[in-house]
Amino acid sequence: MEMSNFEIVAREDFSDVTYLLEVRHPLMAKAAKPGQFVIVMLNEQGERIPLTIADFDRKRGTITLVIQAVGKTTKQMQQECRVGTHLYGMVGPMGIPSPISHAKKVVCVGGGLGVAPIYPQARGFKESGAYVIAILGFRNKDLVFWEDRFRDCCDELILCTNDGSAGMKGMITDGIKVALAGHPDIDEVVAIGPPVMMKACADATRAAKIKTMVSVNPIMVDGTGMCGGCRVKVGDQVKFACVDGPDFDGHLVDFDDLMSRLQRYAKDEKAAHERWSESCRMTKQVGASALDALGALARGRAPQSELLELPDPFEDARGG
Amino acid sequence: MAKKKTIRSIPQERTPMREQDPQVRAKNFEEVACGYSLEDALRESERCLMCPDEPCIAGCPVGINIPGFIQKINEKNFRGAYDILTDTNLLPSICGRVCPQENQCEGVCTVGDSLEAVAIGRLERFVGDAAIKEGWVNIPYIEPNRFKVGIVGSGPAGMACAADMAKAGCDVTVYEAFHQPGGVLRYGIPDFRLPNAVIDAEIDNLKKFGVKFECNTLVGRLFTIEQMIDEMGFHAVFVGVGAGYPTMLNIPGDSLNGVLSANELLTRCNLMRARDFPNFDTPLPIGRRVAVVGAGNTAMDAMRVSIRLGAEKVYCIYRRSRTEAPARAEEVHHAEQEGVEFHWLTNPVSVLDDGKGSVRGMRCVRMELGEPDDSGRRRPVPVAGSEFDFETDLIVYAIGTNANPIMGQTSKLKLNKWGYIGADENLATSVAGVFAGGDIVTGAATVIEAMGAGRKAARGMKAYLGIRDVGLPYISGDGTGAGTLFGIDTRERNFARVRVA
Repeated sequence: MEMSNFEIVAREDFSDVTYLLEVRHPLMAKAAKPGQFVIVMLNEQGERIPLTIADFDRKRGTITLVIQAVGKTTKQMQQECRVGTHLYGMVGPMGIPSPISHAKKVVCVGGGLGVAPIYPQARGFKESGAYVIAILGFRNKDLVFWEDRFRDCCDELILCTNDGSAGMKGMITDGIKVALAGHPDIDEVVAIGPPVMMKACADATRAAKIKTMVSVNPIMVDGTGMCGGCRVKVGDQVKFACVDGPDFDGHLVDFDDLMSRLQRYAKDEKAAHERWSESCRMTKQVGASALDALGALARGRAPQSELLELPDPFEDARGG
Repeated sequence: MAKKKTIRSIPQERTPMREQDPQVRAKNFEEVACGYSLEDALRESERCLMCPDEPCIAGCPVGINIPGFIQKINEKNFRGAYDILTDTNLLPSICGRVCPQENQCEGVCTVGDSLEAVAIGRLERFVGDAAIKEGWVNIPYIEPNRFKVGIVGSGPAGMACAADMAKAGCDVTVYEAFHQPGGVLRYGIPDFRLPNAVIDAEIDNLKKFGVKFECNTLVGRLFTIEQMIDEMGFHAVFVGVGAGYPTMLNIPGDSLNGVLSANELLTRCNLMRARDFPNFDTPLPIGRRVAVVGAGNTAMDAMRVSIRLGAEKVYCIYRRSRTEAPARAEEVHHAEQEGVEFHWLTNPVSVLDDGKGSVRGMRCVRMELGEPDDSGRRRPVPVAGSEFDFETDLIVYAIGTNANPIMGQTSKLKLNKWGYIGADENLATSVAGVFAGGDIVTGAATVIEAMGAGRKAARGMKAYLGIRDVGLPYISGDGTGAGTLFGIDTRERNFARVRVA
């Protein structure tokens, strides 16, 4: 049995902020199933950040993560994680795998970074014989990724962008309306993305009583059920996303509670990020243009209410 | 021969241990209790009567030869004392610090009948620390056998089991989900009670025995217990994953920001080094007024950590009275010295929010003690109309844990009705070759009880694998054939359980 040293074997940059890392871990590639996540530590001083497994390749023995640089850790990873470097640690696969049900017609909804983790599910449903409709939402054309992968495994693909620069103009919920209008016999909707988006998806299917599963992304420390930081309200119960989830019935999840809890460390996260950006400027002499871009991004971050537009991923939310 | 000691002739007062001043230590994470000096240890060793009935040995969950090692200290043969300790307990530095001795060895000490009991824990720690300082390690001659043993969880139960199996000659691998080994010793118990250097030293000792540690490995999800046995070549597996899953109060306001489990607070602070934020990336919720619910050792740790993190006020909220508090007496005393305000017979009713999703305060009700309940303790009942509110911005629940569900989700191990792993008297589970012990079998308990369980499971494992248990004295048969099986002494327990089907 081979233990991993968490080597990064491939990297792809989808945009200024979104990047893909492929990490060697043959054992995990063998064990991973759609819907599961890992916890990554960049270095010894690092925090433990949960990231949903975007893909796994059993033959190559790798785990694929798609990350959006929004917080201190994810930005530092963007800067430091090159092919041939190693993560300090990656543990998983965690969480209960998404149940690939026997639904005949399924809508897989991915918003922003949620597009990555919905992919293995779409593929899973396709493999189990379902008719798969994928709805992918991005802010604009430049942020679009993996359109080809989805085309390969889905029967229909609805691409939505906020500005209409690719696919249809509109939000993900507009895409859902189109799908529901075209297919009265949809058995199940699976949605992954920022909480606001998943909430909107759940609301969109509530009236038609279509089973809607969402993958929640609260703040975690250990990921093994030990700290309770990731607790979410599901119906009248309190569940730990790391061991009881991360998938729950979207019609039962208390999204307002989830979003409020995601803000717990917003202040600390901001301070850490500013301090880190400052130290980069001081010590590393990184190209000014890159830093300006980072700075602009940090300043221009969409307020909570606009998050529906930009499926801003797992965010400080996940502690990243 | 020396004159026989009597209760009159021994030093009457228990030798005090030097401690950091409460004012000073409340601002640092250095160890509170500084340990015995050589003179302290020699003086305290004088207090052991070497009584013939040795109740302390029976009082110790792992049966340390306590008078034996104290005798060696008294003879200034500290290496000899260490040898005796490590016959039964591989981790004296840890146990000397964290065992609830007052309920165990010291609780039954003969001297304790008329004077204060011999400070056995402090003497044990003295010897263990001396060993770390001097670099002593007792590596017995180990003859490798062909058995491969997997240990799931690197906490006290796993460490104790690993030590015994490695001594027996097995090839032992310990799996840990966190990035550092040690389990609760690492993430739970704070540095001022158990410094990391001590844990590191004890783990290094295990490595010298040939035990391998694999961190970042979540057994159950990365591979299952069944895979360990069927595919990975392990002949036996020990599951010591701890109880985990913290209990929440389930009162209104539970999910507000500023309410967290003691596990989360302690893990962030101890393992993730959040107290050094932003040098370390993990943030920590800092409270000005912190209320900790519960009065066990974990609660005391959470309170004392909060004080060191700079809280102005730290309250202990406990529904029973001080007598029923499950924490070690020393911990309650230390917390009190450091300025924790205790509110006995007080029970939280709801958490009050500030309108912005965070905690503003807590509503509590006064309790009084009624009839004894199932645990034998008097049941607390609310006093009608005694609700009151107080201000707090951080609430920590330290009210116990439930069974961690991962093993149940990923294996066929039979669980009991509370979700803990079911095990027989040898700690064998329902799956052949798989043993379990510690909190995941009994529910939350102490470090030494977990270590005791790890050792007990190791005995069961050796019997299962057919390794003669060197812990049992070998007595050959009386020649009549009684007590033997085909001429082999049954005490050898040299019979492997056969797996059918």
